[in-house]
Amino acid sequence: MSDQQTNMHPGLNLGYVGGGKHEESKVFGFWVFLMSDLVTFGLVFAIFGTMRNATAGGPGAHEVTELRSIAIQTGLLLLSSFAFSWASLAMKYEAGRWRFLIWFSVAATSGLGFLIFELLDFHHLIEIGAVPQRSGYLSAFWSLVGLHGLHVAGGLLWIGVLTLQILKFGLTDTIKSRITRLGLYWHFLDIVWIGIFSLVFLAGVA
Amino acid sequence: MIDLFGRLEWQELKLLEFFHDPSIDTAVASGAAWMTVVAAIAVIAWITWARRWAWLWNDWLTSVDHKKIGIMYMVIGFVMMARGVFEGVVMRAHQTTALDGGVLSNEHWAELFSTHGTVMIFFVAMPFITGFMNYLIPLQIGARDMAFPVLNQISLGLTATGAALTMISLVVGAFETGGWTAYPPFTGADFDPGPGPDYWVWAIALSGFGSMFSGLNFAVTIYKMRAPGMHFLRMPVFTWTALCTSILLVFALPPLTVACLMQALDRLAGFHFFTNDLGGNMMNYANLFWMFGHPEVYILVLPAYGIFSELTSMFAAKRLYGYTSLVIATMSISVISFCVWLHHFFTMGNSATINAAFGIATGIIAIPTGVKVYVWMATLWGGRIRFTAPMVYMTGFFILFVIGGLSGIILANPAINWQVHNTQFIVAHFHNVLLPGLIFGIFAGVHIWFPKAFGFRLDERAGKITAWLWIVGFCFTFLPLYFLGLMGYPRRSAAFDNPEFLPYMIVCMLGALMLMAAFAGLFVTLWVSIRKRDELAVPLGDPWDGRTLEWATSAPPPPWNFAMIPHIGERDAFAREKADGRPYVTPEYYEDVHLPPNTSAGLIAMVATTAFGFAMTWWIWWLAVASVLGFILWYVVHSFREHPEVTIPAVEVERHHAAWVEAATLNEGVTRDDETNSRNRGRAATDMVVAS
Amino acid sequence: MAQVDGFLVPFGPVAEAQRTELIWTTAITMIAILPVLVGTPLILWWFRRGNTKATYRPQWHFDTKLEILMWGGPTLIIIALSIWLTQAVFRLDPYREIDAEMAQGMNFEITGAPVAIEVVGLDWKWLFIYPEEGIASVGEMVIPVGRPATMRLTTDTVMQSFMAPGLAGQIYTMAGMVTRLQMIAERPGTTVGENTQYNGTGFPAQRAPVRAVPPEDYARWLDNARDAPALDAETYAVLAHSGDVAKAREDLDRPGDGPLVFSLADPRLFDRIVARYRRGEPVEPEAQPGSPLYRPDRAPLPEVSR
Ligand code: HEM
Ligand SMILES: [Cu+2]
Repeated sequence: MSDQQTNMHPGLNLGYVGGGKHEESKVFGFWVFLMSDLVTFGLVFAIFGTMRNATAGGPGAHEVTELRSIAIQTGLLLLSSFAFSWASLAMKYEAGRWRFLIWFSVAATSGLGFLIFELLDFHHLIEIGAVPQRSGYLSAFWSLVGLHGLHVAGGLLWIGVLTLQILKFGLTDTIKSRITRLGLYWHFLDIVWIGIFSLVFLAGVA
Repeated sequence: MIDLFGRLEWQELKLLEFFHDPSIDTAVASGAAWMTVVAAIAVIAWITWARRWAWLWNDWLTSVDHKKIGIMYMVIGFVMMARGVFEGVVMRAHQTTALDGGVLSNEHWAELFSTHGTVMIFFVAMPFITGFMNYLIPLQIGARDMAFPVLNQISLGLTATGAALTMISLVVGAFETGGWTAYPPFTGADFDPGPGPDYWVWAIALSGFGSMFSGLNFAVTIYKMRAPGMHFLRMPVFTWTALCTSILLVFALPPLTVACLMQALDRLAGFHFFTNDLGGNMMNYANLFWMFGHPEVYILVLPAYGIFSELTSMFAAKRLYGYTSLVIATMSISVISFCVWLHHFFTMGNSATINAAFGIATGIIAIPTGVKVYVWMATLWGGRIRFTAPMVYMTGFFILFVIGGLSGIILANPAINWQVHNTQFIVAHFHNVLLPGLIFGIFAGVHIWFPKAFGFRLDERAGKITAWLWIVGFCFTFLPLYFLGLMGYPRRSAAFDNPEFLPYMIVCMLGALMLMAAFAGLFVTLWVSIRKRDELAVPLGDPWDGRTLEWATSAPPPPWNFAMIPHIGERDAFAREKADGRPYVTPEYYEDVHLPPNTSAGLIAMVATTAFGFAMTWWIWWLAVASVLGFILWYVVHSFREHPEVTIPAVEVERHHAAWVEAATLNEGVTRDDETNSRNRGRAATDMVVAS
Repeated sequence: MAQVDGFLVPFGPVAEAQRTELIWTTAITMIAILPVLVGTPLILWWFRRGNTKATYRPQWHFDTKLEILMWGGPTLIIIALSIWLTQAVFRLDPYREIDAEMAQGMNFEITGAPVAIEVVGLDWKWLFIYPEEGIASVGEMVIPVGRPATMRLTTDTVMQSFMAPGLAGQIYTMAGMVTRLQMIAERPGTTVGENTQYNGTGFPAQRAPVRAVPPEDYARWLDNARDAPALDAETYAVLAHSGDVAKAREDLDRPGDGPLVFSLADPRLFDRIVARYRRGEPVEPEAQPGSPLYRPDRAPLPEVSR
């Protein structure tokens, strides 16, 4: 570890043979991707904003907001992010792959829990007739919440694949870099959720 | 039983249309379908006959070399341009006969302007600029490849998907008829249930992802992979414009994707984003589309500005005037381009304040644009100008582009815009900026960098004749449209009832024939040049006395671009080396070069997404699900595999490099007087002095 | 069609002001453009490689004064144009009703009360409703010279854009929404009320003459229309069927050709058309004018109360 300069990722603890620079490009590229994704979410938020009153006589914010469930979902997603941070720390301090995997699976389980509650909510919405076909408001609502949900589902798939890879290859540099990017993604989804939580649900019923 | 073919029926095959109902109109439609099919079969037959499959597969389709990918983008662009130009000429022919009628049916006319616009913007202009950026960025910044070579190939695959879907729509079913902007509710399910708008949505959405990833890739490449010493302010101007375009791609594509996917949800799942009823609002579409659409025009034109910057200084044999001004202008254009989108619908009933604000913002963009033109003029000032084919294009660009700028300024004034919006004035305006601005820039660039890519120059005489044909043809075809617009003739109109328009139409038709000849001229140029390739060969790599790094390697460059990564001490690095008399040096030792291995990722992405787009268009749900799952599965499996890099041993690098250096040193070089004759082998005897 | 005037031959003050804008904007911008048009050929010629008399300055790459000129020139021009543009936008705002103040500012005369006109875009014809006069017209709009026309616009199908270039610029018409437009004619004349937003195969046919006529002719035209068959919701449903004016005549059994006039059975027709899209119920394709599945008997208009 003679050349500290090459350790561009203090949080990553990569081996120091070559490669480091390229991994850094990947993380940087992933940031750029997240910026683009943020624009996407921002636009869907904006559309939702313009359609807030386009309920066309159908269910509105009060009918679609089930605060208890939303609170649970928020809790689960925060827990998931929190667990992921511990996993990242475990990786950084080389606490062993099992310690890492335990935190990793906590993150995955609570993410999955979030998704299940969300699906239950969706199911309820269908029952009360608050389907996206009912109004512009509901179209925007389903798209915004659903887009986030799809991202979470994608993240879960990613967690699953990485778990298999860790079991197969161990915490190699390549995999560490993948975990870092997944982490960015996972926390990013949390931030988006905070936006949905406050702008769609809280502001909706306030 | 699952529905194997969705809503696809045999009657959708356009090939047979003519035989069911013979007319000029169906002859054109079926003819186009047959042409597509026959051309595809001919290409396949030729490859088989020439036993080229292995070559095609190994050297091109699975290659991750940015140079090859760049060239493949250009090929897509030219193939699609053949279609676009042809459609343009057919439309002109129709309008010439359109006094109370016209040779084509109105429906077919609508399909033509819609496909022409879509193809020209998304599958000609975009591949052209992406191709150039691919080819040039790594060479100009002294890198061996893109930051993400595989992603680069996937982007290419997605672009090909979009192009393929629009080609398939020629043969199966029909394309959309709402223009390249595809405004709902006209393109909504209530008014057009047919496959047309679906083709459009998926072609655009899928290729849009490709463009976004290209932007990401270029941006990271420029940020992270510059050769040591190449500060931002030492980058060539083309790279600057490429950087700005990349940033625009990353931020401007999401609105388009969002608009497309919402439109898809409206059409397929009965959502109400843009419908007339239940709270839908098409104004949201207009906003989303143009939040993409306006930056898009700068995405397209900035790299062309970059090419013009390089070529003025190259052929005036002097240093670029006002580098900093150019950089600042480019940056400010990029930023402001996000703040003007509303000028595409001053007529939507916005408040006067909003209209005025966006009108002024649009005017502000004209300032840096104007600066650029002046900077280029100043670059020519005090030069020793060689009037080569690229300079012909540049002359046309200067003169015509400012006319396009003038009409832009006119359109930026809402009070006038209310009169000329949606008329032929607009058609004249955007062709005026796209052809002389973008397309001339690309063709000039092809002349300049073709020798770099293929090792021989393009024939000057054929090139110059072609360039003049483009310029004159453009003037005839599009300048009359300004007047038709001022007289109130709407765009996208299949017929007119005012006999006064007829003379204008005839002039336009003549122009369109010239443009067709000009397009053919490109291929004549290529043909002539290939036949004379020995005479035109410039293997030493520097035919134009270039100033930037891409000229400091052989033509064509080796897969690893540079034998050793250069160290940059100042702007115009190669010009400096030449002035100091130390180009073509061999290093003390060579190192192994590591390159990414070939992969079929791009092809797999293309096949999967094309199948997906086609399935979503025709409601073949099983295929849609299968293609998505298949792609995800492939990706997951792929991520488990190791992908060892290909190592080029130092000796091979040395062999290639030493041979090139030796050849270059033995050649005494040509002065600029011999630039365009067969003495030019790509070694420049520099007659310019370089900055100190 | 008879002599049709675009905004280069205006017969109303709005279009005339727009033409003035065009001329001045072009003239001012020329200051920035002429140097390029003239300078480029000269530079190319003088600094050609063969010209030994021209000084070669390969190092020249910066000049402060020139930079100031390059940035300053266009900036000044844009400032001038922006001021100019802002004034025009506020003066000619299509939402601003034409009143005495405007008449004074722009130096024209108003000789009577405004005429209210409601415009409905159909595929592929324009319906003009004169609620205060109790008449409606399809395929032709008539206004009296000297009286402002204050218009509300919508569409009962896809988006369209209404423009009568000899008198004023265009404005979009969108389903379930109302936009506004104002115009006034200073002298008699004809322009074309055209749709400029592509809306299907009949698009080129959607061009209705807009005639400005002396008050007596206008009164006669109104009287004539009041005697015509009534436009009620059922008739309207047939009228809304896709097709040009000739087809409407056929569908409504009104032989002859050219524009159609009606007496207006329901003064709230316009609002009911707008309300079709705002009542919280889906508009099925059968009930959606312009859709290939449209069926007049399945497309009742909602009642509105005011
Ligand atoms: C080469 C000869 C070309 C000809 C003869 C031609 C001709 C035409 C014509 C007749 C139209 C329809 C105008 C109307 O709406 O009334 C049109 C539209 C259009 N053209 Fe071209 N064009 C040419 C090249 C290009 C190029 C190079 C581009 C872009 C890079 C381009 C982009 C477009 C676009 C975006 C539209 C608008 C389509 C729409 O209305 O949605 N064209 N062109
Ligand atoms: Cu724009």
